[in-house]
Amino acid sequence: MRFEPREHVSVLAAVVAPVAGVAAALLLCSGLILWTGESVGEAYWLLLKGAFGTKFALTETLSRATPLILTGLAAAVAFRAKFWNIGAEGQLYCGALAVTWLGTGMITLHPVLMIPLLFLVGALGGGAALLVPVILKNRLKVDEVVTTLLLNFVILLLVSYLLEGPWKDPMLMGWPQAAPIIDEGVLPQLVAKTRLHLGLIVAVAAALIVWLVMTFTVWGYEIRAVGHNAAAAAFSGIKINRTIIRTALLSGGLAGMAGVTEVAGLKGYLTLDLSPGFGYAGIAVAMLAQLHPLGILASALFLSAIYVGADSMSRGVNIPTYIADVLVATSMLAVVLSVMLARFRIRFS
Amino acid sequence: MDILEIFANVGFWAATLRIASPLIFATLGELICERAGVLNLGIEGIMTMGAMAGWMWVYQGGDLWGGVLFAACVGGAFGLLHAIFTVYFGLSQHVVGIGITLLASSLSFFLFRMILPAATTPPKITAFQVYEVPYLSDIPFIGQAFFTQTPLTYFALAIVPVVWYGLYRTPVGLAVRMAGENPAAVEAQGIDVLAVRSGAVVVGSGFMAVGGAFLTMSAFDAFYFGMVNGRGWICIALVIFASWRPMKALLGALLFAGLDALQVRAQQISGVVIPYQFFLMLPYLLSIVAMIFLSRSATYPKALLVPFRRGERI
Repeated sequence: MRFEPREHVSVLAAVVAPVAGVAAALLLCSGLILWTGESVGEAYWLLLKGAFGTKFALTETLSRATPLILTGLAAAVAFRAKFWNIGAEGQLYCGALAVTWLGTGMITLHPVLMIPLLFLVGALGGGAALLVPVILKNRLKVDEVVTTLLLNFVILLLVSYLLEGPWKDPMLMGWPQAAPIIDEGVLPQLVAKTRLHLGLIVAVAAALIVWLVMTFTVWGYEIRAVGHNAAAAAFSGIKINRTIIRTALLSGGLAGMAGVTEVAGLKGYLTLDLSPGFGYAGIAVAMLAQLHPLGILASALFLSAIYVGADSMSRGVNIPTYIADVLVATSMLAVVLSVMLARFRIRFS
Repeated sequence: MDILEIFANVGFWAATLRIASPLIFATLGELICERAGVLNLGIEGIMTMGAMAGWMWVYQGGDLWGGVLFAACVGGAFGLLHAIFTVYFGLSQHVVGIGITLLASSLSFFLFRMILPAATTPPKITAFQVYEVPYLSDIPFIGQAFFTQTPLTYFALAIVPVVWYGLYRTPVGLAVRMAGENPAAVEAQGIDVLAVRSGAVVVGSGFMAVGGAFLTMSAFDAFYFGMVNGRGWICIALVIFASWRPMKALLGALLFAGLDALQVRAQQISGVVIPYQFFLMLPYLLSIVAMIFLSRSATYPKALLVPFRRGERI
């Protein structure tokens, strides 16, 4: 069995492949649903209704998609340069820490200044979380996969310490949480009486900007070149280390912004359960979109629909909510495979 | 109580061995995969799956060793999936590994909830009991520390020389190591590189799953969500620490477990002076520090992460 690259991959094939992968994943997971004894059609219908059926459901899905767009972009940018940042979860929390540090009364500005400032410090916080792994990689060739993964746990413990110790909101009893973000810093609601907030616009804008940067600028070109063939890129005069650092800061910054949308937009304060694995899910988002920044808008929406829809489905039928994570993981693997089959021809010889 | 008293305490040494056991299994598993040229980031999920599968086998009335075998088989199945994607299709080992971890852990939570829907408090099994090795356990101190463990711990220690022998003294082991160094040379010998690599990933994943099963069948007697808690990732660091050598992997796992046992006890000494979160950070930070110190001497298997395609020049 051999694989030959196809000379020509049509745009249609590039779009159909991931869709076919997702369809295959839905089909595979119907097996699990059948085993629970529920009807597959009803389960998926409830999932769809739970995600898009009402105005409230739709706003919930969109607000859940917001951090997924940002962590998806974080993974996509890094993976383009073959910098394997698996620490978006930790970087998200670093962004959340930075925004809590600045936004809970340290300074007070008019919202027009305050909100961009919060996104800036959040991005800086997220980027800072990647500094150690990227410097270790460049200087000492320490594998970034392990360092970014392990730092997730370190950062989460740091958050836990701050929430139980110095940053604990003194006005509250019970679950540890930080003081709320001041009113000037809270992201305004897009639709009244829902949880949909300005973060969605920021996330979509970020996707557009990342797409423009990656496609039309020298920086983007360098990132792609380093990922494609580092030796050739170095030969043509691209500074590999500098490009990797730039990529890492961009990637960490995007993940940090996801922390901002959750703290300043969704919750209003920092908690230890701020992210139910948005950082890891971002990898699935990026792979479903084949690392394309605009595709990430669609794949983030798909993932959040599954999460939100599965929550409501499991209330209707007797299927554990963990089916959502199974669906996401299966889709990711199926799409990786289907995209490869669209690009290569299998020859049996 | 100060640090010296901790070392004089039998409980500390016994705990070190106990904490090291799952790490030994999983580190050896990862080592086998990487020696064949495949980074297996599915380790965290496969350990979770092993923990669930082995426990469930016993909870459903199976016997303990059957549960260990079952966990190994389930782990091997996920290894096969990993191998089909990364070895036969040559897809990114990073991406597929993360995908396998997401799939295996979510699937084990799903299955656990599905089989035991109403369980509010985690149900328990009768786990492996301490087995006192005759005569040896009567030796003062040493006997209490090292020879009053559960059978799975003895098994973990026994498997290290077996893996070493297999990798360094048998033709199969040679093929596995060469598949990770110079697959074209293996091919030239008429050996199927893809089969060797897949076999290594399947066997390695089986080991990882047994490491996970140790948690639910020997260290504890119940399955909790998130009980693997990054141990898999630590094992990946341990493989680098061990320079891909089984005996050094044992040393690394013991050293690491010793520090872990130490931090729990040091926590009690320090009382409230140092918050407990900083002690919990230590294992992760130490892994990173160890990688920094060993980065210069780390000699990766040359073909690690490089997919092999027959007839293609490298």
